[in-house]
Amino acid sequence: MLKPIIKLLTSLRLTVTLLALGVAVVFFGTLAQTSDGLYVAQSRYFRSWFSTWSPHTVPWIVVPLPGGYLLGTLLLVNLVSAHIQRFRFSWKKSGIFLTHLGIILLLLGQLFTDMFARESRMSFAEGEWRNYTEDFQKTELAVLTDASDRAYDSVVVIPESVLTARGETAHSSLPFKIRVREYYENALLRARAPFVDTNRPPASSEGVGARAVVDGRPPTREMDKRSMPALVAELIGSKGSLGTWLFSMVLDPQDVVVEGKTFRISLRDMRYYQPFSVRLLKTTHETYLGSTRAKNYQSRIRLEHPGGGGDREVDIYMNNPLRYSGLTFFQSQMGNELRDGSGRGTSVFQVVKNPSWIAPYVGCGLVAAGLVVQFLIHLVGFIRKKA
Amino acid sequence: MKTKLPWLIPLAFLLWFLGSARMPADKEFSLNLFGSLPVVFNGRHQPLDSIARNALLALHGKQTANLEPWKGVLEGPRILSATEWLLTVMANPEVTDQWPLFRVDHPEVISLLGLPDKDREKQSDGKHYAWTQVASDRNFQLMQTNSAVAEEKKTEVRTPFDQAILRLNSAMTLYFRLKNSIQPQDAKDWAAELAALDLLIPPGIAAARASEAGRPYDTNALEALLRPVGRMQVMSRLEPPLVIPPQDPVRQPENWTRTGEALMSHIRGEPLPAAVSDYAAMVSAFRQGRGADFNQAVGRYHDRLQGAHSQEILKTSREQFFNHLAPFYKAMVIYVAAFLLAVCYWFNFSEWARRSAFGLIGFGFLIHTLGLLFRMWLEGRPPVTNLYSSAIFIGWGAIVLGMLLERFWRNSIGLVVASAIGFITLVIAHNLSLKEDTLQMMEAVLDTNFWLATHVVIVTLGYASTFVAGFLAMVYIVRGFFTKSLDVNTGRSLARMVYGIVCFATLFSFVGTVLGGIWADQSWGRFWGWDPKENGALIIVLWNAMILHARWGALVKDRGLMCMAIAGNIVTAWSWFGVNMLGIGLHSYGWMSGAFKWLALFVVSQLLLIAIGFLPPTLWRSNALKPTTR
Repeated sequence: MLKPIIKLLTSLRLTVTLLALGVAVVFFGTLAQTSDGLYVAQSRYFRSWFSTWSPHTVPWIVVPLPGGYLLGTLLLVNLVSAHIQRFRFSWKKSGIFLTHLGIILLLLGQLFTDMFARESRMSFAEGEWRNYTEDFQKTELAVLTDASDRAYDSVVVIPESVLTARGETAHSSLPFKIRVREYYENALLRARAPFVDTNRPPASSEGVGARAVVDGRPPTREMDKRSMPALVAELIGSKGSLGTWLFSMVLDPQDVVVEGKTFRISLRDMRYYQPFSVRLLKTTHETYLGSTRAKNYQSRIRLEHPGGGGDREVDIYMNNPLRYSGLTFFQSQMGNELRDGSGRGTSVFQVVKNPSWIAPYVGCGLVAAGLVVQFLIHLVGFIRKKA
Repeated sequence: MKTKLPWLIPLAFLLWFLGSARMPADKEFSLNLFGSLPVVFNGRHQPLDSIARNALLALHGKQTANLEPWKGVLEGPRILSATEWLLTVMANPEVTDQWPLFRVDHPEVISLLGLPDKDREKQSDGKHYAWTQVASDRNFQLMQTNSAVAEEKKTEVRTPFDQAILRLNSAMTLYFRLKNSIQPQDAKDWAAELAALDLLIPPGIAAARASEAGRPYDTNALEALLRPVGRMQVMSRLEPPLVIPPQDPVRQPENWTRTGEALMSHIRGEPLPAAVSDYAAMVSAFRQGRGADFNQAVGRYHDRLQGAHSQEILKTSREQFFNHLAPFYKAMVIYVAAFLLAVCYWFNFSEWARRSAFGLIGFGFLIHTLGLLFRMWLEGRPPVTNLYSSAIFIGWGAIVLGMLLERFWRNSIGLVVASAIGFITLVIAHNLSLKEDTLQMMEAVLDTNFWLATHVVIVTLGYASTFVAGFLAMVYIVRGFFTKSLDVNTGRSLARMVYGIVCFATLFSFVGTVLGGIWADQSWGRFWGWDPKENGALIIVLWNAMILHARWGALVKDRGLMCMAIAGNIVTAWSWFGVNMLGIGLHSYGWMSGAFKWLALFVVSQLLLIAIGFLPPTLWRSNALKPTTR
């Protein structure tokens, strides 16, 4: 009973099948990017166990496909079990061993990256500073409870997972509870029109929402665009309901007065606070002589880490990121179209936290060395035979 | 006797190459010197010769100007060199406006603009049209509205009509710019007009000051100055090439300007750069047919540039020579001849043919290599910097591999494969060179010689070797199925060649792809992003690995190996070109559309060969696969 299974798992036939399926998945996953966008296609085809592909003009054609996780896992099992079961080490096969070891490392490294890596951004104008990065894919509801300190604000944040669960939330520093009435992953807001919307109630009873209506939209599929979520929540104080409120990424923060105290509430990109701050000193955007072709994007920043030892000025530009405190800062966007009204230069950094960033470097080295060794063994043998 | 004189044919080609290497002598006008003058366009220093050639390529897809396209080649149509054409455009645009040099292929564009069909009597070939035809008042409006509509659309939804309109529109814009780079396009005698301008400036400025201060002023003097000012402003707004070198080359070496801008500063009180008057002397002399004066003006300006701009002059005259030499074009011709000779060998086993082919490929390879090195020297970059140079480098890598195979097997197969891939990739490169300046500057993210030298070179060699394996497999199937020339030994040696090359391809495509990941980690912050170009490279790696494992597991025999290797051609062509056609992702800097038809054709041809490969051996004409009887 066990024997045929082991035989299958260790077989080259399985390897070849998995590699062929890999080609198919990568191919269809690439095609799908034209209609679904990079992010959706990635999670559908590569960060999944199963998926299907249909040409978007002919939806009744359905190609079932294994997902990237399934293929990766099976390849790993196949590789490891084949080595345990079939392979006997010899110098003649040393290259293959090294190669396979590297492949295992690459597969595991990609898995860890998938699980632990975190991408966010830091965006600001010249002269501004940030002590947090923002995740453009995630949203949070932030309640500013105390702005009396000039340097730091106290904030209560509620993550998106709580909002989508449509539950009720309380926090010790808030004299009210927040009950989620409606959460839109992507929404279009507009002013409530006098004659058109007579049959539609306003989005909320209080605040800006009292004069607006909300339409839910499917999440955006375009690569560099973000879905604009909206939230309708009821605030419940100790003496009962304080009415419903509309919060959205496109609206300014709204002030809510509860028991004589003002709370500033907004829906915003999820923030990761850091123990250090980055100040944007100067942006440089150079183009080639007499053309609009970009030659260089460069940001001069000041890194300030009280007590952390990092207090210096750094240049970040293309192919020259800053690695600091487990994070890597890459120059991502800049340009005249991004310059805000005041004429100051603005800059966006891609900020990546990836504890397993070293794995592909080592894995690549192993595979390359293995392939070269094996190739040389073959070549020397071949030339000897020919000679 | 048959093996005698195998160097005869290579020698003939060598003589041809050497004979054509010298720049043609000037006749009345020193066009060579004029063509070598440095200007700035497209963000880089280049000779006027390069601007002329690239402009003609953009206008009608050739580097020379055929003024009588309705005539056959044998009727001796009047053909101008690129530089002579450009000089005439700059000096005498009323004449060049009549020359049929705008190529319009799309029938809807032709009927939209009401252009004449092919008609010898009316001197029209139905493809090439003059500025006066495409830019008549009515057509100018039509082009404006239609290109605005096409411009609005996203690249992927543009129709062939939209693309044809945009192509013609950008050719027209370019021509318009060139007409206005040295003089305003309506100038009759620019040198004289320039001299007259100097007399208008002081009274005109005085009148302008007085008018601003609210005092009485000379209306005529002000108007006399405002007219040329309007022309200068039009000139600089068109963004023609920057032809005027910096006034202070030591402190501001990058300060090249346009004629219009230099004139505007002059009117505001700055001294007039000598280059403006030198160029004016050139165009006026050329227009009036005064050869000696033209040559004197070019020489004077060239001498003036010596010293402070000797670096640029050196660079641009090198580039001019490179343009003239056209090493990749010549290598392409040589590879065709070599291919024919190498195929000959299979039918009559004449060692003479094989050796001649080997010598010829060796010579073609030498020119190919020289061209690559010359290009690297000009750019100060590793060999592959854009899609164009990747084609040239894939050809180069394939030739190396093919010649190595030939050294071992001596059965002409390596030669056939090398010359075929060499020829095809150079044809592709030639077609890519029609799209844009092949020596263009790099986008900021790509501007790193280290990664260009490692990742790009290695991954391109991976493409090259996968193609070599695929073409070897094509030889197997074509010879085996269609001819009787594939014997058992040849079949076996082909299988060994394919296997060896696939090993090589796996190594290069894997290392190249992972190095690309590391570059991405360095510049975008993620090792792998499932971007189309990355995925394309990954598919090649997976495919090659699959072939190797199938072979090791004895899941396929020779024929299966061949079919898989041919499919490798499809996979590689997809990664090289197909993903660029999707027009998405961070890597989509190589967008192209006209090539889609060719890619589809190539894929279909490869699928056909694979299908033939699956036909039972009894249908094959060669006996290599048939079970040996008795």
